Amino acid sequence: MTAALEFKNLTLGYDRHPAVHHLNGKVAEGALLAVVGPNGAGKSTLLKGIVGALDPLTGEIDRNGAKKETIAYLPQLAEIDRSFPIDVYDLVAMGLWHSAGLFGGIGRAQKRNIEQAISTVGLDGFENRSIGTLSGGQMQRALFARLLLQDARLILLDEPFAALDENTIADLSALIARWHGERRTIITVLHDLDLVRSRFPESLLLAREAVAWGKTNEVLTADNLAKAKRMCEVFHPDAPVCEAAA
Amino acid sequence: MYDYLISPFIEFEFMRRALVGAFALALGGAPVGVFLMLRRMSLTGDAMAHAILPGAAVGFLFAGLNLFAMTAGGIVAGVTVAVGAGLIARSTGMKEDASLAAFYLVSLALGVLIVSLRGSNIDLLHVLFGTVLALDDATLLLLAAIATISLLALALIWRPLVLECVDPNFLRSVSRSGAPTHLVFLALMVLNLVGGFHALGTLLAVGIMMLPAAAARFWVKELTAMIVLAIVLAILSGYLGLLLSYHSGAAAGPAIILVAGILYAGSVLFGPVGGLKRHFIPVRHLEA
Repeated sequence: MTAALEFKNLTLGYDRHPAVHHLNGKVAEGALLAVVGPNGAGKSTLLKGIVGALDPLTGEIDRNGAKKETIAYLPQLAEIDRSFPIDVYDLVAMGLWHSAGLFGGIGRAQKRNIEQAISTVGLDGFENRSIGTLSGGQMQRALFARLLLQDARLILLDEPFAALDENTIADLSALIARWHGERRTIITVLHDLDLVRSRFPESLLLAREAVAWGKTNEVLTADNLAKAKRMCEVFHPDAPVCEAAA
Repeated sequence: MYDYLISPFIEFEFMRRALVGAFALALGGAPVGVFLMLRRMSLTGDAMAHAILPGAAVGFLFAGLNLFAMTAGGIVAGVTVAVGAGLIARSTGMKEDASLAAFYLVSLALGVLIVSLRGSNIDLLHVLFGTVLALDDATLLLLAAIATISLLALALIWRPLVLECVDPNFLRSVSRSGAPTHLVFLALMVLNLVGGFHALGTLLAVGIMMLPAAAARFWVKELTAMIVLAIVLAILSGYLGLLLSYHSGAAAGPAIILVAGILYAGSVLFGPVGGLKRHFIPVRHLEA
């Protein structure tokens, strides 16, 4: 079994304060991993580290040679300017960046792919709607269509279901299941533990440090969850320098 | 009618030159203005116009009313401020507007200082308000070159520029072209402002960029249409402004901007996309 990702004594943080502290472990290729933990546990920070938006304070992330274009990342609060005059079709088409690039044309096959992606997420008929007119759920569907086109081997989703209704969650998690079936590696930050238990075989319970990591039913025990809750989540302004092996 | 609308341009060469200059400015400046507006950088243009002023003034000091010296001075000052502010904003936590304010204020102070050290009482009215009615061949060529460069460069950076506006994080995750695109865009803004100050002066150059762009937003929802309309409105402002100036004897630069302002006001009132008209004449809502 090859590892898609390996964390080696990884510490990520802001201004010397660790948000993810001495994390070790491997994510197998084709894994469907849920990252859970209280607010401030470092879940989003971990994803930012994996995409390379944040450099490690110490340690490293071994991406097994994965290039930028094989990683797709959907941040928690996508900073999308929804007042910008662009329609759903063009937003979804951005997912073709790696094949089309700066100047490449978008051929007939690719146009079909775009239409198919829009249809897969259930946004038929919305192609020419400007993104400012979409509801929260429709916007998230459009972003999933863009992910579809990105065709990435490693997919990182940061709370993709926040503030969505059951219907949308069901549709979008079916997409995640489909990606899993295609042997893509998926790491998803989630808060809904029932959803994690029913759909994610593997979990990482994070509270700055890894509380537990393994099979979901062994990780999400009452004991572990209570432990995660206790671990403090505030930055200590006068925290001493960490002496653990650097 | 003919006498009023067309003959001024047939009869006088300086009017024809002014018209060509105004058209060139419209072609280059209006699209840049649309992107500035959509990126909420409308006032950046204004700040940059101030930043260019000292550069042009220094060029003027050393070489007099020399097109090359003043253009070079303006571009150097503008690019320094725009790129410096952009780099600081990207590599620190500073927001771009604050970083820009810091840079352009320093640039302005430096420019005024240099002028005062020379101790001569220089007539900078030309730089402040432009000389649209006295454009020579070299200046016209400069304006045309700037318009050409702007349109070509915008075509080249179109995709990353749009992406950078809509979803900068996504662009960052798929490509490294975000920063260079931003810098090219800032350079285009500086170029157009420098071109603008020869015709309209530093203080009004921003007007022909921003007013047509802001007006166009009230009429269309789609980006390409918005840019085309902004160019048309800018051209219209140039033409009507020159006519107004010719017939009333008013200064040409301000007349052009004033016409653009009137077009903007009309758009705010009657534009179908979010114009005020909707507030006063309610339409009945649809079924679904």
